[in-house]
Amino acid sequence: MIEKPLTKTNIEKVIEIKGLNKSFGNYHVLRGVDLNLYRGENLVVLGKSGTGKSVLIKIIIGLLTPDAGLVNVLGNTVDQISYKELLALRLKVGFSFQNSALYDSMTVRQNLEFPLVRNQKDLTRAEVNNAVEETLEAVGLLSTINQMPSELSGGQRKRIGIARTLILRPEIMLYDEPTAGLDPITCLEINSLINEVQERFKTSSIVITHDLTCAKAVGNRVAMLLDGQFQRQGTFEEVFDTNDERVKPFYDYNFIK
Amino acid sequence: MQPIESSTITEEEEKKPGRFSRMFITLYEVYAFIARFFKEVFVPPYEWKEVLRQCYEIGYRSALLISTTGFITGIVFTKQSRPSLAEFGATSWLPSLVGIALLRTLAPLLTGLIAAGKVGSSIGAELGSMRVTEQIDAMEVSATNPFKFLVSTRVLASTITIPILTFYTAIVGLLGGLLNVSVSESTSAKLYFQASLEQITFLDITASTIKAILFGFTIGIVGCYQGYNSKKGTEGVGKAANSAVVIAMFLIFIEEVVSVQFFGLFRS
Repeated sequence: MIEKPLTKTNIEKVIEIKGLNKSFGNYHVLRGVDLNLYRGENLVVLGKSGTGKSVLIKIIIGLLTPDAGLVNVLGNTVDQISYKELLALRLKVGFSFQNSALYDSMTVRQNLEFPLVRNQKDLTRAEVNNAVEETLEAVGLLSTINQMPSELSGGQRKRIGIARTLILRPEIMLYDEPTAGLDPITCLEINSLINEVQERFKTSSIVITHDLTCAKAVGNRVAMLLDGQFQRQGTFEEVFDTNDERVKPFYDYNFIK
Repeated sequence: MQPIESSTITEEEEKKPGRFSRMFITLYEVYAFIARFFKEVFVPPYEWKEVLRQCYEIGYRSALLISTTGFITGIVFTKQSRPSLAEFGATSWLPSLVGIALLRTLAPLLTGLIAAGKVGSSIGAELGSMRVTEQIDAMEVSATNPFKFLVSTRVLASTITIPILTFYTAIVGLLGGLLNVSVSESTSAKLYFQASLEQITFLDITASTIKAILFGFTIGIVGCYQGYNSKKGTEGVGKAANSAVVIAMFLIFIEEVVSVQFFGLFRS
């Protein structure tokens, strides 16, 4: 299946991946992965657990290095730039962790302030406060500003995790299993938040998930990782319009057939 | 993920480095970790605020335990030494003996060992927990250098604070000795301190300071190395904390032996 960008006007590639390989010992996780993310789109990456979905976005952000292949993010080849250039690139790419990864010794305010004050040293106290409050308001959790992460629910932690990345106003968002371990109502709220982020902050996003409700709600395009490669890409309907035994159980399980 | 055939696993196991090779790999990793510390610590931006916070944390965490242990050591050492000196009619040398013993060896060693247990385990567990809950990765992706913020600051703080705590232990130990001397003999505090300190040389102070700096650096670097490279979830956090203490204590004893030999050359 040939991938198609969302619209003809939005054809600028913000992420371009060609022939990406990654192994852990003899575990060949990614085997010649090709993928593009176009400006302004939400791309959902689906796949079974352990197929390398999280590995893929960790390579994009430079947390893991590829064995072979090209990973170009906003014009930078990730494994060829210096550490300083990588840090600069990371300011433009937000990463929302599966378990939120909030700094548990800091309050919500300090969690949000941390990346901001370290990367924009010329900001005044008032500007930092405004940015924190504005971002928390965007995720609907201003009331938790002085709470510790341990006092928050799973859904709240996810939202704060997203807010912490949004405070740097990234161009690209990478969501790792944003609805994992959440109840259906909270999942719907997170799905809405991902769409709101796309609209309000004009981000291009890769959403890693195996929750098809989430994929359908947020994905402009869906790519399915099968046997270490993206063998199916397209709209949600296009990807699941198949009798492929590796794909059908996904749909059947999620939509209770 | 593809299932792995049994023949492939055997092949993989064959490729795994042996115990001897693994030891050299670990040594190289430790060397690289230490080299990175020196590279990061001297390059701006400097994390002074975090260093000061860590100094306070290390001092605050250990102060009570060090005060108690130092004081008791002073009392016990004085009490145990008196009979031996009394045999030679040399009890008047007791304050000097306490002063020299505390400053040369007991205070640095005691402080180092207590800090290895209290501070080293705490650093190992804290960083290990941050590693397994992806908080270190979160720092990395938010364009912050986690090594500089977490490791450099803790190692530097430990290297600065342990010498201060060492001299504090020596003072508290002398006070413990004074208590024992006051109870057993009618020696005044002024005379006791005068006698305790008059035998102490510049070399004693320099040697103790250098030793304490070395111990502080060891505790910091071992704790940070174990925590920062922690693996295997919560089990890894426990292992990191445990290894931080055991390895730091072992290295402190080795350093003590080496430094005694080294500074002995200047005394003879």
